[in-house]
Amino acid sequence: MTALLDPTSERATQTRSLSPRIPDLTNGTVALLDISKPRGDIFIKRLEELFSQIEVSVRHYRKPTFSKPAPLDLRQRIAAECTAVVEALAD
Amino acid sequence: MSSNLASTHLPITDGLLVVVKDECETCHLTIPVLEELIRGEEPVAVVSQDLADFPPGMEVIHDLELDISWKLSTETTPTIYRIRNGEVVDQQEGWLRSGWERVAAVNDLGAGLPDQRPGCGSDTMLPETYQRLMRRHSPHRLASRRVELGSSEDPMEAAFARGWTDGLPVTPPTEERVATMLQGTALPPDEVVCVLPPDLAECTVEKVAINAVMAGCLPEYLPVVVAGVRAAATSRFNIHGISATTYFTGPVLVVNGPIRPRIGMNSGINALGQGNRANMTIGRALNLVVRNVGGARPGGVDRAALGSPGKLSFCFPEDEEGSPWEPLSVERGFSPQDSTVTLFAGHGPIEIVDQRSRTPESLAKTFALQLRMLGHPKIAGLSDAIVVVSPEHARVFREAAWSKARLRQEVLSSLTLPSDRMVAGADGVAEGMPPHLAAARPRMSKFAPDGLWFVHAGGDAGMFSAIISGWIGGAASSQMITMAIDS
Repeated sequence: MTALLDPTSERATQTRSLSPRIPDLTNGTVALLDISKPRGDIFIKRLEELFSQIEVSVRHYRKPTFSKPAPLDLRQRIAAECTAVVEALAD
Repeated sequence: MSSNLASTHLPITDGLLVVVKDECETCHLTIPVLEELIRGEEPVAVVSQDLADFPPGMEVIHDLELDISWKLSTETTPTIYRIRNGEVVDQQEGWLRSGWERVAAVNDLGAGLPDQRPGCGSDTMLPETYQRLMRRHSPHRLASRRVELGSSEDPMEAAFARGWTDGLPVTPPTEERVATMLQGTALPPDEVVCVLPPDLAECTVEKVAINAVMAGCLPEYLPVVVAGVRAAATSRFNIHGISATTYFTGPVLVVNGPIRPRIGMNSGINALGQGNRANMTIGRALNLVVRNVGGARPGGVDRAALGSPGKLSFCFPEDEEGSPWEPLSVERGFSPQDSTVTLFAGHGPIEIVDQRSRTPESLAKTFALQLRMLGHPKIAGLSDAIVVVSPEHARVFREAAWSKARLRQEVLSSLTLPSDRMVAGADGVAEGMPPHLAAARPRMSKFAPDGLWFVHAGGDAGMFSAIISGWIGGAASSQMITMAIDS
């Protein structure tokens, strides 16, 4: 019988369910995360207008660079200060 | 080659030991000599690799499992050894009267025999046997999960089915092959080389070796692959971003130093192309490690819009000997005696054709013209690139005594471009630099700081050089990393 050595990290994929959906945004704060890609500002500005029409407050955040994962402190700050986050992921 | 199997002892601690086999004609020839030695005063151990009763009528130690031959590193039968305090202090392969007389300290041995006769290959050297013994005597227990295949399962197809390959067939990573691969490094298999993004998984020497087997590497390439994996995992190189980007980029490896000829790399004709095992498989091994251990797979973390063929493998050595300049590794702070691998986030190559320039000024301007189009002719400040200068282009710079620094300075000077031509919307093209940046200065540099590198490689004929285009230069994305190769 042939046996091969596993070339992978041998990690099992963990399945996680989505966070519970937020029933409404009243009294909540939405993080608007710009990842520093071209035209992200246009998308975020439009979202801010739409959120203000339904009287939802927003806070602005920005990744230092789109080419690396968001720093841990930024992620923790968003989690502590906001109830939801919208990320302008790409141009 | 040395055995670490503690239970294997030589049958004598002092005296003569001769390894023979029935299959070997020269061994038959030496039977009268063995009889002569046995009649002498010294202890003589005769070890037979194949038959228990060869030579006939003699007290023979049957080395059925070849453990004694392995411990002695026997490559030829017959071989006579002088053993002192359990160690080999002298030996002679094949039949050579003077050699046997020296080892045995006896004169006039083998009267009537020819003076010499070559021996036969030891059974330990048969490929499958060699691998079995390597595995059996390895001091290390390999930790990876054993994936047992069904008797009718094709190992190559099994690797495809389990998602381990880059789309090409791989060499099945059996324990024997991995143990052989590990002979290429002094590092223990369980040493953690790095924590590899994007999965941030611990990557051991063993995992690198398994993927190197699959890529088709020889053991002597392994130190280059290990150094490459180490470099890839640095935050400065940012393999997570390189894997995840929608851009074309993958890791490009440039090898410098004495290891290049030692492992048979090709820096000459077709240096960036196919045909050389070391060039092709070292780069492939790194990409397989990133895929299998790091977890970056196309369609998963790897979101490249188009990708590029170099993401299979893009690895070449610099032609240092033919270069008019110092090697890349020396520019990067290493000594010419150091072997290094330099990782660059790139893709390509993109051609530079110039068959008419005979002055360095003209050729440098050609380089600049072609470099301007990287990414987009109106994008500035973000580009980085390696220019692979071919021998015929390098000759122009050599004859004019242009240093690499001078060439870089001239090219960068030609690529400091008027902002009003680079701004978004100029020339009716929406792409370009944001107006607030263009307004801030009259001219802007095409290249990121430390973004332009030159290396020398290629065949002697052809006035063509090559651009390996980068991703986004600078600390925000990926920076070139040079790592020493421990070999």
